[in-house]
Amino acid sequence: MPSTPVTADRAPAGTTVLECRDLTVRFRTDRGEVAAVSDLSFDLRAGECLGVVGESGSGKSQTFLAAFGLLAGNGRASGSIRYRGEELLGAPPETLDRLRGDRLAMVFQDALSGLTPTMRIGDQLAEVLVRHRGLPRREAQDRAVQALAAVRVPDPGVRARSYPFELSGGQRQRVMIALAMLCGPEVLVADEPTTALDVTVQAQVLRLLRGLRDETGSALVLITHDLAVVAGLCDHVLVMYGGRAVETGPVREVLRAPRHPYTRALLRSMPSLTADPDVDLAVIPGQPPDLENLPPGCAFAPRCGRAHDACTADRPALRATGPGRASACHLDDAGGHHGV
Amino acid sequence: MLNYTLRRLGIAIPTLFIIVTAAFFLMRLAPGGPFDAEADLEPEVLENIRASYDLDKPLLTQYRLFLQRAVRGDFGPSLVYKDYSVTELIAIGLPVSIQLGLLAKLLALVLGCTGGIVAALRQNTTVDHAVMAMAMTGIALPAFVTAPILALVFGLYLKLLPVAGWDDGAWRNLVLPVVALALPQVAVIARLMRGGMLEVLRASFVRTARARGLGEARIVTRHVLPTALIPLVGYLGPALAGIMTGSLVIELIFNLPGVGRYFVQGALNRDYPLVMGIVIVYATFIILFNLLSDLAYAGLDPRVRKAYR
Repeated sequence: MPSTPVTADRAPAGTTVLECRDLTVRFRTDRGEVAAVSDLSFDLRAGECLGVVGESGSGKSQTFLAAFGLLAGNGRASGSIRYRGEELLGAPPETLDRLRGDRLAMVFQDALSGLTPTMRIGDQLAEVLVRHRGLPRREAQDRAVQALAAVRVPDPGVRARSYPFELSGGQRQRVMIALAMLCGPEVLVADEPTTALDVTVQAQVLRLLRGLRDETGSALVLITHDLAVVAGLCDHVLVMYGGRAVETGPVREVLRAPRHPYTRALLRSMPSLTADPDVDLAVIPGQPPDLENLPPGCAFAPRCGRAHDACTADRPALRATGPGRASACHLDDAGGHHGV
Repeated sequence: MLNYTLRRLGIAIPTLFIIVTAAFFLMRLAPGGPFDAEADLEPEVLENIRASYDLDKPLLTQYRLFLQRAVRGDFGPSLVYKDYSVTELIAIGLPVSIQLGLLAKLLALVLGCTGGIVAALRQNTTVDHAVMAMAMTGIALPAFVTAPILALVFGLYLKLLPVAGWDDGAWRNLVLPVVALALPQVAVIARLMRGGMLEVLRASFVRTARARGLGEARIVTRHVLPTALIPLVGYLGPALAGIMTGSLVIELIFNLPGVGRYFVQGALNRDYPLVMGIVIVYATFIILFNLLSDLAYAGLDPRVRKAYR
């Protein structure tokens, strides 16, 4: 976004901007404690795009809600998430409010209800600049219109004076992205940014995210269950299952030669335009794991066709399987590649 | 918006006409008459009195006469409060009731909104439970219990404030009735405010506002309150109209010259002109405050504003 004041203080490309270590997120419920995320560690480097993949309830959203201090009231996070060395977990509200919306930004899944219905679009954009950049109201309003133009909202001057209900779903998601990008964040987390949108609009929004990342050099985290989106946009991928990382690595390698049976199953269940239409799409048998009753072994074992005794007894650790790659599977212990 | 307001005011006139007509004939259906209490009058005298108030004419003629006078703002003489016209009685009592009612509403709004907002922001903490416990007590204790207690403690024991009386609206005389009148309303408003806040605090647009680091104060005032106030506005419309009726008990206990007592005494005494005068004032209040409440909705919610155009 050319109009945005770019802060001089940016981490050089390749250095770690977000460092997550042994993150565990628990929720107290009527039926006891539920671990939504367990022992999760990962690094996010400046300028990198990380795809976080997993089905609903795999803990991918809760990981980043914890980083932003936005967990629901009954949720507790332990471990560590640092933004350029600064601890985010348990940080006082003032610290979080200084970073959120400025250095760290998030685009949420529910674009349709993410904007305050009683405020004009322009005011919602302007208040972020007033808050984080101390701009005078008038100037902030002008910047708001520019920001709308940058995410290609038609008639930005008119739209700035509109209320959210007067915009289409795609336009609203563009506004959400404009809001997140206003201060040129170093980390942009997009949580299923296209789920609520029409298919035609989805591609536009993804193109927009990619364009913005290329322009600003923000690190982008894309939370999704769509491997095709990850393939098109991301450098690295983190596959989560039952609240744990099951496979990580560079996107090309992981998608070409997945090591974890869950990643393979996900790839097989992807629809493709070139596949034989008479062959049924592969489905992963069984149910997503019940977070209240996780098995002692591998959470995927009940659905894995090749699970053996060790799989149900011990939980496999995440182990390096190559440069920059890791996988958590007992079948991988021998180090050899198991054919599908 | 102006068009909408004018349209609503246009509808108000036929509405008022229907209310007035219904009240006029319903009242006449009730047995008894205004001079029943003065039983030992000679029949001829009674007949003379009735004739002087046009009560001997056919009902439809009386109705026509009533309408002709009412459009000129003349509701006739009170049949019970001798030497007073209904317009005079209302002119004396209404300012007292309005002053009392508005001050109480204002106090209730300030305390109720503050309590409700704080309780919602500290949901399920001691603060929340304390506010809600007080609210429940406030709702459970009617004014005819709290008012004498207040008068007893602050008037008789502590001798800080007068026990009763109006004294031309001196603030010392106003404190106790205003507080007694406000207390149950504080409770209702606090509960409505808390409920509205909790509903909105869960909305995803509040989470996205937090993700922008806007700070709690700004989020509450700009993002949460406009939506959270909507249930309260719905309650306030009719409640403001109740300024007149709501203070009846308080006016009796503290012996204040308000309009509340005319409601009951007018009806019991079959003081037809007084009842009609009160009905017209009350109906006007209800129509007016409901309109104001609907306009306040439009002020808070741009979607409603668009629909009103």
